[in-house]
Amino acid sequence: MTATAMSARPDLTELGRSETALRGFLHGLPGVDQVGAEQRAAQLGTRSIKATAKAWAIDLAIRMVDLTTLEGADTPGKVRALAAKALRPDPADPSCPHVGAVCVYPSMVPYVAEVLRGPAGGAGSAGAEAAPAGAGVVHLASVATAFPAGQAPLEVKLADTRAAVAAGADEIDMVINRSAFLTGRYQEVYDEVVAIREACGPAHLKVILETGELSTYDNVRRASWLAMLAGADFIKTSTGKVPAAATPPVTLVMLEAVRDFRAATGRQVGVKPAGGIKTTKDAIKYLVLVNETVGADWLDPDWFRFGASSLLNDLLMQRTKLTTGDYAGPDYFTRD
Amino acid sequence: MFEYAPAPESRSVVQLQPAYGLFVGGEFVDPTDGDSFTSINPASEEVLAEIALGGVGDVDRAVRAARTAYDRVWGPMPGRDRAKYLFRIARLIQERSRELAVLESLDNGKPIRESRDVDLPLVAAHFFYHAGWADKLDHAGFGPGPRPLGVAAQIIPWNFPLLMLAWKIAPALATGNTVVLKPAETTSLTALLFAEICQQADLPAGVVNIVTGAGETGRALVEHPDVDKVAFTGSTEVGKAIARAVAGTDTKLTLELGGKAANIVFDDAPVDQAVEGIVNGIFFNQGHVCCAGSRLLLQESVADEVLASLKRRMAQLRVGDPLDKNTDIGAINSAAQLARISELADAGTAEGTQRWSPPCELPDRGFWFAPTIFTGVTQAHRIAREEIFGPVLSVLTFRTPAEAVEKANNTPYGLSAGVWTEKGSRMLWLADRLRAGVVWANTFNKFDPTAPFGGYQESGYGREGGRHGLEAYLNV
Amino acid sequence: MSERVAVRKTYKLYIGGKFPRSESGRSYLVQSGENSTANVALASRKDARDAVVAARAAGSGWAGATAYNRGQILYRVAEMLEGRREQFVALGIPGDEVDAATDRWVWYAGWSDKLPQVRGGVNPVAGPYLNLSTPEPTGVVAAVAPAAPALLGLVSVIAPAIVSGNTVVVAASPTDPLAAVTLAEVLATSDLPAGVVNILTGRIEETVPSLAGHRDVNALDLTGVADAELATSLEVRAAENLKRVLRPVPPHHDWYADPGLARMTALLETKTVWHPKGG
Repeated sequence: MTATAMSARPDLTELGRSETALRGFLHGLPGVDQVGAEQRAAQLGTRSIKATAKAWAIDLAIRMVDLTTLEGADTPGKVRALAAKALRPDPADPSCPHVGAVCVYPSMVPYVAEVLRGPAGGAGSAGAEAAPAGAGVVHLASVATAFPAGQAPLEVKLADTRAAVAAGADEIDMVINRSAFLTGRYQEVYDEVVAIREACGPAHLKVILETGELSTYDNVRRASWLAMLAGADFIKTSTGKVPAAATPPVTLVMLEAVRDFRAATGRQVGVKPAGGIKTTKDAIKYLVLVNETVGADWLDPDWFRFGASSLLNDLLMQRTKLTTGDYAGPDYFTRD
Repeated sequence: MFEYAPAPESRSVVQLQPAYGLFVGGEFVDPTDGDSFTSINPASEEVLAEIALGGVGDVDRAVRAARTAYDRVWGPMPGRDRAKYLFRIARLIQERSRELAVLESLDNGKPIRESRDVDLPLVAAHFFYHAGWADKLDHAGFGPGPRPLGVAAQIIPWNFPLLMLAWKIAPALATGNTVVLKPAETTSLTALLFAEICQQADLPAGVVNIVTGAGETGRALVEHPDVDKVAFTGSTEVGKAIARAVAGTDTKLTLELGGKAANIVFDDAPVDQAVEGIVNGIFFNQGHVCCAGSRLLLQESVADEVLASLKRRMAQLRVGDPLDKNTDIGAINSAAQLARISELADAGTAEGTQRWSPPCELPDRGFWFAPTIFTGVTQAHRIAREEIFGPVLSVLTFRTPAEAVEKANNTPYGLSAGVWTEKGSRMLWLADRLRAGVVWANTFNKFDPTAPFGGYQESGYGREGGRHGLEAYLNV
Repeated sequence: MSERVAVRKTYKLYIGGKFPRSESGRSYLVQSGENSTANVALASRKDARDAVVAARAAGSGWAGATAYNRGQILYRVAEMLEGRREQFVALGIPGDEVDAATDRWVWYAGWSDKLPQVRGGVNPVAGPYLNLSTPEPTGVVAAVAPAAPALLGLVSVIAPAIVSGNTVVVAASPTDPLAAVTLAEVLATSDLPAGVVNILTGRIEETVPSLAGHRDVNALDLTGVADAELATSLEVRAAENLKRVLRPVPPHHDWYADPGLARMTALLETKTVWHPKGG
């Protein structure tokens, strides 16, 4: 969908005012042919990235990592270690860039903030200053809105969001209401995103579609547009808590959506595949997907992130391999 | 920017000899009355090897070798044993596929990504599929005990050298025929490596004979009186000449010729996949594809939108070194073909259509043509009627399904067509009305050994592949 | 110098790609070659049940594989079997029988992508519809291999069932089970996914009735059941969920003859799809 085609449509900001308009718009989006989309993603997966391009891609990928831990067993000690690693992923190599963000549950945000911003920064003030992210900053992301299922009343989700922001998160990863989406209550999904967007204040909002539960690429495209229309700064594939997480074709469909959305509205939205991306090879495939679908404008941590944990160490190992020429071993990198 | 560094596939897997003889009666022989010619790498114009130019006497020798092998060994052999030889060949191709792919890209100019991921897997699959038929011909639907024809003369083009060889040799051998095959003048090398594979498989001598050469070699082969079957893939012009040459004889003939396929995009198409399909339809293999989707028919309600997406996508195409694993579009196969493409493209400009190519740097040496589209094309323009056989797309528009059918069918050709719509019912309605041997729906340029391929009208007759393809080599 | 002491093999069941002993812990004694004996697992009803679970789990992946892929794997079985020819000969299987068994795999390998072409097609219904019939696998097949020829008979029962995408639980020849276990070793090294073929050794009277009654089994191949009364009772049990049944073959069946299509087609369902055609 191009700017020309979209300009014929009514003002997109009006769509959210009526269930009928929203439904008509989402169901009028072009379909996604599953076979074709998967073949295209697979074809891009055969790109061969070598030498200098690979070194560049690895450093970029490190800067795009949202270093994540979302476990019931998370403790202040665990998330502090993670935050320290986010700042200096490879203690042996000062030229190694820091990651994009640390992503934790709201209750863990203060401990991460301590490490990332120092005790003086403290909770509360960090959120206020962080809205447009400056270079050299590791962001502090928190999942909110009754993550991962999102099965809670709106007030709970709003309180969850506000608490995370107040504790120092400058990025909020919310989940959409899949129950409402799958029953066709698009207005409800939309209104919820709008409300959370507002509760975020200056924090950036990433909207998790949980594509594994949406099941079809047509749904992924519709949910992407719905989230963007409602004000998402980022659209994100998955919580990592259901078996089917990020895949290249799902990410391809979402990239096409942000590309078309910018063409239609002029506003750029970021994309974050999350879950299941474990190796440097995987990460580079995603960067190729970005490069060839939406181009260089998105090849930046402000516009593309990886939700991952084990990916970082593989990136570090491959980075060392490029420098030393020898394959690295896992014992030479920090584990948390 | 994300600039991919060059990722060249290693050439070292291929051992080229300085000169190649003819493969007759199970061994490589010098031509008796022939000369030789050079085969070059179209991406660099570097000479790859000296190739024997088969003459009339060489053709006769090859046909006699094939006849002897047919009478004494291959004809009487039980299907079960023929099957085993074909399975062996299939396996050898799988084992040596990287070598074959690199050689194909060197000699033909096609990107290694395509020779590696498309051509070679299909070649192996084609032998594997037909191996299975060798002892099952009674079940193929032609009645009990269908018989082979005898000696098959086979002439193949340069666009898919090894794949076309497979399409010819696999069904011929499976059904019990022996063959004399002439590869295209500019692309003999993989056929000669295939001859080595036949030796490695211990295929009985004379079952497969490869006579390299040019047009005159082909003419001698087609006109040889002891040939029972002629199978030709190439231009419609030569196809007609062959049809005239075999007129009045008992020789069975199948022809797979040119095309000017319509690729029809409706307003309810899955747009992103349609754009991929358009690109794959015309830029796959540099557009050197007889079934290429060279006429894009866009429904007017989405024409601007699709064109904008198409141009954006074309800007991503990587033109260059065929052996680079990231190359999407390789070299034009020959200087002659490049001249032909340029001449027709210039005609398009002269006739007042709008020409567009993405910015792309072409190498200094070798034969190259940037991916090109022409808009504002009507049925009256030469570029909408003549087969260009290059990376050149003519864009037309239509308003209704009926108009799409009318325009799509308004050509003397009838090889293939593409339809893009999410509405299955419309797709099938259209498929019924399109005069084309293959109709792709929401995909394009897909091939499979189980699926018959071939054209209507001046795109030729007979089918290759599937159960139907066996008929071309059986006395039924 | 003393003569080398041979390392003897343990013969176990083949279930879900693994080689377990019978859960019952039982075995029985059979002659192995000329001078030695072997203890072969005596499968229980629980082993049969485990085998059905394994076969069902393998079903969707195997049926969903491309016909080309299945053909390649069956051909790979032939390659591996040819390579172990002498091993079967040492067990007392005649060389001709091993060759015929190998050729049988090759024959069926070629059918994987041709059977749908021969047994399916377009039906010219009187209306604006595309009407297409295609064969699909029945599902889980429980089979009884003939007592003899132990190898060729077993292969002739397994291959036609799995070529179209079925998975099998097969009761091997009780008197000559070593060929079956050795074939399992061939299958385990042939890229055949775990659970597509499961082989039980032991008494047919013990394992097969539970398979015949099992509601998650879709077809019952009684080829090797020599006792007519048992065969009838098994067929009666199979009727409970309308299993497709292949009846026993006559005692002097020629296993070397062209097997034709019947063994494959008996284990297929035909699916017909209607789709309108309209602009």
